[in-house]
Amino acid sequence: MAPPPSGPGAKDMLRLITCGSVDNGKSTLIGRLLFDARQVPGDHLEALARDSRRYGTVGEEPDLALLVDGLQAEREQGITIDVAYRFFSTPRRRFIVADTPGHAQYTRNMVTGASTADLAIVIVDARTGLLTQTLRHSTIVSLMGVRHVVLAVNKMDLVDYSEQRFTEIAAAYSLLAKRLDFAAVTNIPTSALRGDNVIAPGTAMPWYRGPTLLDHLESVEVDRGGTQPFRLAVQWVNRSGADFRGYAGTVLGGSICAGDEIVAQPSGAASRIARIVTQDGDLAEAGAGQAVTLTLADAVDVARGDVFASPDRPPHVADQFACHLVWMHDAPMLPGRPYLLQLGTATMTATVTELKHRIDVETGVHEATKQLALNEIGFANIALDRSAPFDSYDENRDTGGFILIDRTTNATVGAGMIRFPLRRASNLPWQAFAVDKAARARIKHQRPCVLWFTGLSGSGKSTIADGVEKRLLALGRHTYSLDGDNVRHGLNRDLGFTDADRVENVRRVIEVARLFSEAGLIVLVSVISPFRSERRLARERIAEGEFVEVFVDTPFDECERRDPKGLYRRAREGKIANFTGIDSPYESPESPDIHVRTTEMSLESEIEAIMTALRDRGIIG
Amino acid sequence: MPAPNSYLQTLEAESIHILREAAANFRKPVILYSIGKDSSVLLHLALKAFFPAKPPFALLHVDTMWKFHEMIAFRDRRMSELGLELLVHVNRDGVSRGIGPISHGGTVHTDVMKTEGLKQALDLHGFDAAIGGARRDEETSRAKERIFSFRNAAHRWDPRHQRPELWRLYNGRIHAGESIRVFPLSNWTEIDVWTYIQQEDIPVVPLYFAAERLVVERNGMLIKVDDDRLPLRPGEVPQPRLVRFRTLGCYPLTGAIESQAANLSEIIAELEGAHTSERQGRAIDHDQGGSMELKKREGYF
Repeated sequence: MAPPPSGPGAKDMLRLITCGSVDNGKSTLIGRLLFDARQVPGDHLEALARDSRRYGTVGEEPDLALLVDGLQAEREQGITIDVAYRFFSTPRRRFIVADTPGHAQYTRNMVTGASTADLAIVIVDARTGLLTQTLRHSTIVSLMGVRHVVLAVNKMDLVDYSEQRFTEIAAAYSLLAKRLDFAAVTNIPTSALRGDNVIAPGTAMPWYRGPTLLDHLESVEVDRGGTQPFRLAVQWVNRSGADFRGYAGTVLGGSICAGDEIVAQPSGAASRIARIVTQDGDLAEAGAGQAVTLTLADAVDVARGDVFASPDRPPHVADQFACHLVWMHDAPMLPGRPYLLQLGTATMTATVTELKHRIDVETGVHEATKQLALNEIGFANIALDRSAPFDSYDENRDTGGFILIDRTTNATVGAGMIRFPLRRASNLPWQAFAVDKAARARIKHQRPCVLWFTGLSGSGKSTIADGVEKRLLALGRHTYSLDGDNVRHGLNRDLGFTDADRVENVRRVIEVARLFSEAGLIVLVSVISPFRSERRLARERIAEGEFVEVFVDTPFDECERRDPKGLYRRAREGKIANFTGIDSPYESPESPDIHVRTTEMSLESEIEAIMTALRDRGIIG
Repeated sequence: MPAPNSYLQTLEAESIHILREAAANFRKPVILYSIGKDSSVLLHLALKAFFPAKPPFALLHVDTMWKFHEMIAFRDRRMSELGLELLVHVNRDGVSRGIGPISHGGTVHTDVMKTEGLKQALDLHGFDAAIGGARRDEETSRAKERIFSFRNAAHRWDPRHQRPELWRLYNGRIHAGESIRVFPLSNWTEIDVWTYIQQEDIPVVPLYFAAERLVVERNGMLIKVDDDRLPLRPGEVPQPRLVRFRTLGCYPLTGAIESQAANLSEIIAELEGAHTSERQGRAIDHDQGGSMELKKREGYF
């Protein structure tokens, strides 16, 4: 049994998002809700009168939009830049309003606000009707799983409160909404400026008999996750004294009773709930949204990141899935680049293995693309570094929604909604062979490794690698050289020099180098590999202790002066785009295994330094 | 007691979730305990979140040396009742320079003794997360503050480049020297805090309740004569007035309000009819429009 729903006297919470632009009167509508619900304190009103004279856009009247536009920059530009959260309360409900900007360049802010919303108010201007941005806003709230929509046809005062105009717009929207997965759409004609149908009905639209905006917000029933299968992501293992071991977390779906069977994923270990512990005493039952501490009847190995679930309706456990991705950062999303992925309370490494398409949110059209730029939404396959439990986002936002974090800057760069698991990886088990890497290396009397030469174009990578390889050959070692320019003539001839293609270029080189090292060879890789992320990926893909990063450090000016292939000259003439160091970045290694400063050393001493380092590592005798 | 799934239970659960994320994400997190009602609620929630264990947080009070005497007495009493250890930090450099609200004005005093003092303490102990009781409803720039709010190595906030924060997912990843400010009460309002204090029977400083206190009226503010460091201006005679405080800070900078609300129910009833905001009594908020935003970027809590 789920916990009892809120009854009279138990005020509950509704989270909503407002979508529209300043031109539609969005901030004015929220300002009106706060103002008419008498949630604006007197000293804020005095500040409002003062600010209205300074920044206001409605003449002598107090500009209600200024109640919600918080940051100085926003007031000066007259737009809402970020997500602001507003609160108001009536005797029936407590509300959290996510106020987000409407323009296309702020899609990420809207996605953020919609991620926790139960309901969306889509605001349109009665004069202009539906615009492309209306479709964009509606598509985004649908994608983010908001099921309840209010279409506020605002500025009715400017169309003479015309019923016909309202009906036209409502009909057009209902056609559009058919393609989107909403549970309910409620149409309300409003004038935020005059206050009609925001809180009180007003007298101007006697033809409208539906609820005012506030009436609707106070009474709408939304799903609280009570009917979902039980989920709890372990946040914290609580050890108190010698014998207490509890698992603290928030119930993310369904409910749980003491005595219920559960399964811990991804391990699949089964147990039973012994106690539901809170400071206010043990509970018999806990429901969605409650923060509790569970103890189990059996000693099972459970850690932060694990998910407790009902055994009859467990989550998917897989290492690949298909998802919608919203990109939230200036640096584009590049398939093949590893990112950190935070899902529930687990953090793992993830790469986009395939970007299927980009969605044009103003037309709904799917377009082919190689990368996602800021505010773009795509559909992609993602591979994790291990199997993890998850649900589809439609079934549970908390166990199906994730963020991506850049491994170098720690910025939150993307958000994703899981649609379905992919089983391909699990259908392709690793074939075990009797002859392994160690056996192949043994017959060659050597230890395999990958020497990774990184540096600017013309820094001398290939020349040094060639010298090292000659010395290794003279010592009877079996080697192979992979050169960045040469692989582009064959394996990678389909790739160009955009950031996305550079990432894929390096990823393929890493995999080939790995295969050669599995063959027992000493591999010398000379490739610019300008990004830290990919060099880090290389280190992770190659066996521990077998990856040696050599930074061939030649200053940019010196490389340009040498210009052995005439590339710098051609780049300067604008004949080569995306040239590293000119219009494409090179991220220097922070702590390379070997640092070769070519302006301070002769080629012979550079080669000797590398040979010494290999001796120190026991790779050569 | 409200029924399950009431808005207060929702807020409580969200705050507990945030506190647990803070514990799991950081090497050395600290609760900034400022003795006021929000700190009292924050501490209460931290005790709940990790029950039956003690909260895995250090506790820090940045003392400006000008807090109300009743605040300090309350602080020491609560810590000994709860068996918790509190770190108290004073900006000694500020003390030796003789910085105070009367000699240097509220802005300089707050900047040196509070903001600088806080940064000193965070650096001194190497805290990588500072958990505070600030709420989004207090002030417009706070409405945009993240729950996990990134600070660079110089403790600065960049409101234009904040990390997007979705669902219940908080990004706590930082490099050495950087830190996160954590605000578990982000979605609470002043009236939520009082309703919860009543529901949970949480002790608060008696200054919040109306009583006859000796005050002087100055620049439209009622200043309590808390000790003999407040120089009286010509003609000023401290008068007994029935007053209480909506927020607590440094006594010469914190105005009382005339009120008869002597218990929690009366405070809540008073707030339901209130027509001024909570921070109205804070002198430092009113220097210029957007002044809180400017202070916050510098590292003010």
